[in-house]
Amino acid sequence: MRAVPMRLDREKLVLGLAAPLLSIVTALAITSAVMGITGDNPFRAFGVMLDYGSKSDSQVWIINKSIPYYLSAVAVAIGFRMNLFNIGVDGQYRVAAFFAAVVGGALSVPGIVRIPVILLVAMACGAIWAGIAGYLKATRGVSEVITTIMLNFIGGSLIAYFLQEGRLAERDENIIHTADIPESSFFFEFPTNPDPVHGTILVAVAIGVLYWFVLGRTRFGFDLRAVGRSEPAAEASGVSVRRTVVTAMLLSGAVAGLVGMPTLLNESGNYGNDFPEGIGFTGIAIALLGRNHPVGMGLAALLWGFLERTGTQLEFEGYDQEIVGVMQGVIVLSVVVAYEIVRRWGIRRQQRQVGEQLAAQSRKNEAAEVPA
Amino acid sequence: MRRVSRIAATVAVSAVLALTASACGESSTESNGNDSNETGGASHGVGIAFDVGGRNDHSFNESAARGGDRAEEELGVHVEYQTARNGETDADRVQRLTSLAQEGYDPVIGVGFLYGNAVAEVAQDFPDTTFGVVDSAPEGDNVYGMVFAEHEGSYLAGVAAALKSESGQVGFIGGVQNPLIQKFEAGFVQGVEDTDPDIEVEVNYLYRDDDRGFSDPARAAEQADGMLERGVDVIYTAAGSSGQGSIEEVAGVEGAWAIGVDSDQYAQPGLAEFQDSILTSVVKGVDVAVYDLIESVVGGEAPSGVHEYTLAEDGVSLSTSGGFIDDIQAEIDEATRRIVDGEITVADTP
Repeated sequence: MRAVPMRLDREKLVLGLAAPLLSIVTALAITSAVMGITGDNPFRAFGVMLDYGSKSDSQVWIINKSIPYYLSAVAVAIGFRMNLFNIGVDGQYRVAAFFAAVVGGALSVPGIVRIPVILLVAMACGAIWAGIAGYLKATRGVSEVITTIMLNFIGGSLIAYFLQEGRLAERDENIIHTADIPESSFFFEFPTNPDPVHGTILVAVAIGVLYWFVLGRTRFGFDLRAVGRSEPAAEASGVSVRRTVVTAMLLSGAVAGLVGMPTLLNESGNYGNDFPEGIGFTGIAIALLGRNHPVGMGLAALLWGFLERTGTQLEFEGYDQEIVGVMQGVIVLSVVVAYEIVRRWGIRRQQRQVGEQLAAQSRKNEAAEVPA
Repeated sequence: MRRVSRIAATVAVSAVLALTASACGESSTESNGNDSNETGGASHGVGIAFDVGGRNDHSFNESAARGGDRAEEELGVHVEYQTARNGETDADRVQRLTSLAQEGYDPVIGVGFLYGNAVAEVAQDFPDTTFGVVDSAPEGDNVYGMVFAEHEGSYLAGVAAALKSESGQVGFIGGVQNPLIQKFEAGFVQGVEDTDPDIEVEVNYLYRDDDRGFSDPARAAEQADGMLERGVDVIYTAAGSSGQGSIEEVAGVEGAWAIGVDSDQYAQPGLAEFQDSILTSVVKGVDVAVYDLIESVVGGEAPSGVHEYTLAEDGVSLSTSGGFIDDIQAEIDEATRRIVDGEITVADTP
């Protein structure tokens, strides 16, 4: 009897490994083909990428770069798990980072107080901004895809309005930014060599663990996933869909609010017109790539950072750096397609096995009936 | 089982993270030709890092590229060009500049004000390399900032637009609403108003705070189309490579004029199709500034500080190719004289 679960587990393992392997092979093959067609040598490119990407300063760079990507992916994934497509992470983290920077720059308290305040303000702003979309969805049934996209633009305009000399910002030549947060109030760093790793990585890890725990191990997480699978079924079993929608958007927004924190608290110390934008959209790709899994998204974020780091280096070697964009796109597509193929294959296989077992069962029954 | 495998995965990943965080192995600095940048004067070329839009934006970056090409031709130096992606952070820019400096390029030039912080940071690590940056003036003993009086050049464009408009409506399209592009707007609007206060100026920006504004010709075309429909017949676009969208749109309307920016866009091969609609261009002497910097570094100097390229020294100017503004040259010259003599002070904020 013990053999059956063991065999099923091996099957699960094979299925689990098949999809990533299939997607990696496909992605490599397609990218090689693209490079081959454009007349570049793909194998030298992969060599350069591996070599340069594994250098110690590249490792640090990649880790630091992937922190906001990971947070953004988690924010997107919270929505994904209940079939909410939060495209507004981009606007949410920018609004959050902006107001957090304003508050942080205006306070004159020691870092130990200032950092938590900044983090809280950021989470609150992100939650409010996403909550607007959640509220509209729950009470008026407005598609969150539409509202979050629109809120991205509104957020951009809101920031542009306040980010002016004499309002909430100061001007430094061609850069307009909020008041500087003193370096003494920066988040700590791990003193690795040659460059330090940002301490905000702990925030990312904590969010990852919370994400895993809340969604996988609590009643709320179960409700949320149930709503994602089937709203009527969830409603029928006593889950308030409306409340879950709003709460999920609030949570997603709160995590989105943290996306700008690694930049704000470890690098820039202010929000200016040079603050990175577009991380919210990168997060969508990474959540897809990481299959909404807390560990998977971490690996995906690191992969993304690796590709960006090595892409710049590829240009030095005479390749077009757009090839990295091609790689990123191809990887996401192959992952999505590969998982779907493997899932269908798995279902068919399971059906066949069940069918065989049933057939064997009935044969046995028939055999048992004959002598009677 | 499920729980155990998840925990195992988590542990494995944290171990991987911890390993990478300890940053094992050599850094790219150790393995690259670090010796080349210690040889000082004997540069093995010039590194130019472009802003969003890339070399062939027919505008801002291309102007810098012309300076580099000229240096290659006349001074015999090798010039390495690198391009920025959209949505980059300082980390990307620092990496690019560091790589250039590490490879021994000297000078290393960042094109665009976004390189300001990155240049200041990287310059500290490479004290023997000269860093140049266009449109920004960061501090540093080995940093040379090149800034321009875009508002003065744009003022002249405003004068030309006011004199050439027949409908009494002119338009300005900016790529991103940032202080730099607002300088163009301020000068242009003032130029129009000083010439003919009855003319209406419509001002539009493609994006409020997103650098895609410099690489989105489709959006510029849309805005230009709207302006043209409302009766605007002269459009000045300051938006890097987005500008071609607007120029293309203007070229489709009889009697409408486009005013180019940064490069003499009439002379751009990529825009040759539309050159009969390009009234003039506000030329920003990025090419001259870049060439001068390369020349002095190659000559053994290490310039630092900030240089402002103004109208008075032809750092910005109005192009005359095509001959479309020959008939109003007297008025342009007069405005130029008054700015240079200080009779007019052009505002640099709207």
